[in-house]
Amino acid sequence: MVKKFIERFYVGFILFFLYAPIIILIILSFNNSKSRSKWGGFTLHWYKELFKNESIMNALYTTLIIALASAFIATLIGTAAAIAINSMKKTPRTIMVAITNIPMLNADIVTGISLMLLFVAMRYTLGFTSVLISHITFNIPYVILSVMPKLKQLNPHTFEAALDLGASPVYAFFKVILPDIFPGVLTGFFLAFTMSLDDFVITHFTKGPEINTLSTKIYTEVRKGIKPEIYALSTLMFIAVLLLLIIVNRRNAERKEPIRKM
Amino acid sequence: MKISNVLNTKAPKATIKKSGMSSLGIRNTRWLSFPYILWMVGFIIIPLIVILYYGMTTNDKQFTLENISSILNPINLRALLFALRLSLISTVICLILAYPLAMILNKSKMKSNSFIVMIIILPMWMNFLLRTIAWQNILERTGIINTVLKFFNLPMLNIINTPSAIVLGMVYNFLPFMVLPIYNVLIKIDKDIVNAARDLGANSRQTLFKIILPLSLPGVISGITMVFVPSLTTFVISNILGGSKIVLIGNVIEQQFRIGNWHTGSGLSLVLMIFILISMAILSKYDKESEGSNLW
Amino acid sequence: MTDNKLIDLVNITKSYGDNIVLDELNLYIRENEFLTLLGPSGCGKTTTLRIIGGFENPDQGQVIFEGKDITKMAPNERQLNTVFQKYALFNHLSIAENIAFGLKIKKKSKVYIDDKIKYALKLVNLDGFENRMPDSLSGGQQQRIAIARAIVNEPKVLLLDEPLGALDLKLRQDMQYELIRLKNELGITFIYVTHDQEEALTMSDTIVVMNQGYIQQIGTPEDIYNEPQNAFVADFIGESNILPSIMIEDKLVNILGTNFACVDTGFGRNKPVDVVIRPEDIDLVKPDEGTIKGVVTSLLFKGVHYEMEVSAHGHDWLVHSTDLAAVGSEVGILVDPFDIQIMNKPESEDEEAVELEM
Repeated sequence: MVKKFIERFYVGFILFFLYAPIIILIILSFNNSKSRSKWGGFTLHWYKELFKNESIMNALYTTLIIALASAFIATLIGTAAAIAINSMKKTPRTIMVAITNIPMLNADIVTGISLMLLFVAMRYTLGFTSVLISHITFNIPYVILSVMPKLKQLNPHTFEAALDLGASPVYAFFKVILPDIFPGVLTGFFLAFTMSLDDFVITHFTKGPEINTLSTKIYTEVRKGIKPEIYALSTLMFIAVLLLLIIVNRRNAERKEPIRKM
Repeated sequence: MKISNVLNTKAPKATIKKSGMSSLGIRNTRWLSFPYILWMVGFIIIPLIVILYYGMTTNDKQFTLENISSILNPINLRALLFALRLSLISTVICLILAYPLAMILNKSKMKSNSFIVMIIILPMWMNFLLRTIAWQNILERTGIINTVLKFFNLPMLNIINTPSAIVLGMVYNFLPFMVLPIYNVLIKIDKDIVNAARDLGANSRQTLFKIILPLSLPGVISGITMVFVPSLTTFVISNILGGSKIVLIGNVIEQQFRIGNWHTGSGLSLVLMIFILISMAILSKYDKESEGSNLW
Repeated sequence: MTDNKLIDLVNITKSYGDNIVLDELNLYIRENEFLTLLGPSGCGKTTTLRIIGGFENPDQGQVIFEGKDITKMAPNERQLNTVFQKYALFNHLSIAENIAFGLKIKKKSKVYIDDKIKYALKLVNLDGFENRMPDSLSGGQQQRIAIARAIVNEPKVLLLDEPLGALDLKLRQDMQYELIRLKNELGITFIYVTHDQEEALTMSDTIVVMNQGYIQQIGTPEDIYNEPQNAFVADFIGESNILPSIMIEDKLVNILGTNFACVDTGFGRNKPVDVVIRPEDIDLVKPDEGTIKGVVTSLLFKGVHYEMEVSAHGHDWLVHSTDLAAVGSEVGILVDPFDIQIMNKPESEDEEAVELEM
């Protein structure tokens, strides 16, 4: 009993540690005071202001477009690559996997700098496209790592069975392979989307002066103080994701019947 | 009888022919990797070569080792050593916090492990800069902790703008990257392996140290890499929580690029990459079979 | 085998949620016995073994070991060892370290441990494998190591959970002989779980047939095969013809309208019963020489014998014979009185359910 209590307490403690700053940000979004260290009463003012603030809305728009586009393109390239890597022989596969790991394990600052230097060396103006390319680059590995385990679980004979029954390889892929690996593809997409949304360092180096994502906008405001509208926006985004996850989890829970092995 | 014999020997041959068709399938899938290979070469390999080029040349495109040896400049060297120290401390703290957590989560009856993973990565949906800034709020002289301490007439806690605050920020930001790989390895350990150890006379402590810990080593190594590398190279956390006085190697490099000193910045990045490469080498040694799947 | 009770399971009940896996199970295991728990998956045999091993706690009931109640004792304190279904070898340790695991925990001397490793590897015919790693071994070899790892601890009882399940047929047969040899050399008790009736018949001193959490029959392999006590056992062990019949009087049974002589007594008069006749116990003779007549409806060559179905008196009789009767030919069926096994009709609802499922 005591052990159980300690365990629960410990999990609670860690979760509190992880979520405390988030709770504070949410509280700050309702704070009727420009100073973040004083509580000036409850207000929804910042939520109204948010939609009038053009520079924040622009940054949000850029952030979402880049996150969606980079996650989508990374999912296409990554899923295709995962299928190819999965059917490779050992040596080329090891090489591919090792290179895939580079952007995941390399420091963001090095990835960001190296991409920036590449764009500069190619005399390519830094801006929206350079950020998009950079995000696709660091997103592809997450897609590959999400899809690969699903491919390994796949029964290789189902594809052959489909061909045997007269399906063309393309038809067989979309009807047999894709449905089986789709959960992995979806996970990869969401992971890539999240990573893109949360990235600051690589965007910081590759964005140029013309555009801002939410991250880079926040960074420029660190010294002079964060606008409360940003807290409001982050709260909205966080709540949206939370609701989405709860809905997805509910639906999964309904679909899956609990299976107990004896 | 004879007919059935002939049929029987033919049947396997027919299936061999069919799997020949799947090798045709493999040839067909190879082109699927071409976009990725092009992308990798263009945006992973070549950029690294570019950084190597910048790091080893001067503004006049002359070969030099000065950019790299600038790490020996006392300010830079101190920044590197200090970053090493703080990131090592953060990694150790993360490991100590994460391992028991992963074990409890693994033991919990909650079998939907995607839910557990979600809870751990959900905070990432709040912008990482904002979350770090929130720690300013908590730790400041007039922040939440001190307000509470003051209320109870307890001494103030002054850790904002100190190395401790930076370590806290690192642990906070990178703890999930330690928890998840360890948890992912632990859930894959067959319950009967643990039962076997108990069966052979090991008590729960012996089982932990002789069986579970060694078997989870690949996850631990992944976690260490995933925490150590970003901690070592951060410039954001030190900027926000460390004030302007504490300079880590990441801050030095960022500053070099901000003032347009790209060659020196690249040279210092190359030095940093040595540590990253060492981490990656250790990781790949332990992570051979999982092919990186322990990371997530 | 002696008559001393080594393990006594008393009123063991276990359920997962609403699912009752074991219902008031009573069973004793004698010293030096080779006892097999046999049944289809989900019958509770593995749960029984895990309760003996200490990996599961029963909801009710006691596990008595040498007169002491060990129900609440942790697995590491019990004087028995387990060979797990999928071997459960420690992949990060060498073969020698795997085998030495239990001995090191008991703080045995290095000389003793090295001796034991040598002895155990010799016993399972894998001399010289000390420094190999488990994942470099074949399934059969891993299985032997799992056995070696368990027996070096000199347990009084060895628990084996479907140990041959993952091996191919030939290897499985070889390992059956190995296990019998081991059992004889070690002189300890084996409790063996399997769903394979042939394995059970080959190796056991005693077979416990289980279904849906209940023990259906306990007996020697010969008893179980020749005198199944109910339709479930008859059907699960080997192939058989189960025929609804009426016991006219002692030593006379009416099967599908025809009287057959038998040897069973004590069932009463004109009582409905089930009759079991094994397919190899049916003799096919000329139509006029048989007790009843029938027509051969199918014929399959099975290697050792032919398998035929004979339609007679509204029932398809399964017949195994080395003599061939062509499809469509008329034959007579003759059964020796000794080969007719009479069983009571199931009484409880549980047993009824079993019959319906078949």
